[in-house]
Amino acid sequence: MEPTSPPADGGGAAPAAESRSELVLHVNDVAYTVTVDHRTTVLDLLREHFGLTGAKKGCDHGQCGACTVLVDGRRANSCLLLAVAQDGRRLTTVEGLAEGERLHPLQEAFLDRDAFQCGYCTPGQLCSAAGVLAEAADGFPSHVTPATADPTAPVALTADEIRERMSGNLCRCGAYPRIVEAVADAGARPGGTARSAGQEVAR
Amino acid sequence: MKPFGYLRATSVEEAVRAAAGRPGARFLGGGTNLVDLMKLGVEAPPLLIDVTRLPLADIEELPDGGLRIGAMVRNSDLAAAVAVRERYPVLSQALLAGASGQLRNTATTGGNLLQRTRCLYFQDTTKPCNKRSPGTGCPARDGVHRDLAVLGHSAHCVATQPSDLAVALAALDAEVQLHGPDGERTVAVTDFHRLPGDRPEQDTVIRPGELLTAVRLPPAAPGARSRYRKARDRASFAFALASVAAVLEVRDGVVGRAALAFGGLAHRPWRARAAEEVLHGAPATEDTFARAADAELAAARPLRDNAFKVELARNLAVSVLTGLASPAADR
Repeated sequence: MEPTSPPADGGGAAPAAESRSELVLHVNDVAYTVTVDHRTTVLDLLREHFGLTGAKKGCDHGQCGACTVLVDGRRANSCLLLAVAQDGRRLTTVEGLAEGERLHPLQEAFLDRDAFQCGYCTPGQLCSAAGVLAEAADGFPSHVTPATADPTAPVALTADEIRERMSGNLCRCGAYPRIVEAVADAGARPGGTARSAGQEVAR
Repeated sequence: MKPFGYLRATSVEEAVRAAAGRPGARFLGGGTNLVDLMKLGVEAPPLLIDVTRLPLADIEELPDGGLRIGAMVRNSDLAAAVAVRERYPVLSQALLAGASGQLRNTATTGGNLLQRTRCLYFQDTTKPCNKRSPGTGCPARDGVHRDLAVLGHSAHCVATQPSDLAVALAALDAEVQLHGPDGERTVAVTDFHRLPGDRPEQDTVIRPGELLTAVRLPPAAPGARSRYRKARDRASFAFALASVAAVLEVRDGVVGRAALAFGGLAHRPWRARAAEEVLHGAPATEDTFARAADAELAAARPLRDNAFKVELARNLAVSVLTGLASPAADR
């Protein structure tokens, strides 16, 4: 078969040199059909095409976490994801965490704890924390989870666990202590994990 | 980034065929390294062949008691798999010691093994680099090389292979399965990554157009314990300065089975065969473990600024083996 850039419906061969494709993306629960240059990252698509500027371009190399969004409920660095490879996926950005006027428990906790200063990293921190709550509830271990832990049980989010699991999100203002408190608060709230990622984490 | 074509492969055969028909094409897994290298201009493939939708995302039990890990299993899923946590703790620990939660959710088993060095010169297209542009020279040898190799390097390249996963797999005697235009073959993980020699552009023995489809783990050694430990500049989300993967079985105070591998020290995960020779049949004491580590690291040839890694690796090995030998005192 010739290398092709098939449209989302799978039909029609295109020349190998083709550098654009059509795909379907579900962004904050709404399905969109978009045509993208293959070079477009999810981050650039969200910001430039959808006007969703919550996710930030900090380092653009997967090192700072400011671009973190949820893909099918799991946190990822959107700066390293090619949009064309995400056909059919469900993206949740910080703009999709709240339900109408009701903030996500993590957003409330960040406000209550004053867990930010300049706010630039906050959308990434929030989406990452949403992923953390779901991962811990689903028993995903971290580097600091004791080897003796029951591999099928949820992981308790101690401060050490939160620090380790949030290490992919940098905060140049140094709001880390409050961020750890806010994530712990949200994890302890009823419903804090259930709505966090929108989707069950596959195991 | 240069424009490129995109093909979402629906079968291994289709992916391999497409790669054979397009020199320079790259397989796209999670993309956490490849997309970054494309942004940096280090990689400029004319075609990306997306292999993430191939049916290679399962962890299967093998009849012999081992595991077959599909190349598209995400790092976080592999680290969390109950079979891995219970039978191959060193593997789960190695994965969790690497990258961040976001990256582990995206990065795949195959992509992790095929990731490129993080040598600064390799990633900077304004600098010479024999790995990126053969024949241009190696500025790292006399430049910034604190993180780079102390074992097995050459005049042409002092890069290190950054994968934590590969180090655990080397200690576990894992194999990788490769599918190419000429069919399938299996290569031991310890033979998969190369030393740089005079061809540093070649990280592994993979041939053009070959797709890494799976990793096979032999049955876990009964009675053995295993552990991964990594030293880095910060507590989390950093590459290894040195790391150790160890599998150790002690019977009546004597070492039975022992497998040891170092990470962060060389162009490939460094299986410590000389150390293992010292360990086999010797008393399971700290003195034995120190002699074993010294026997292996005698081959080290540190560069101007990275001699500290030799002692770091030695101390890591001794402490990991000592911990494995005395379960009661461990953790």
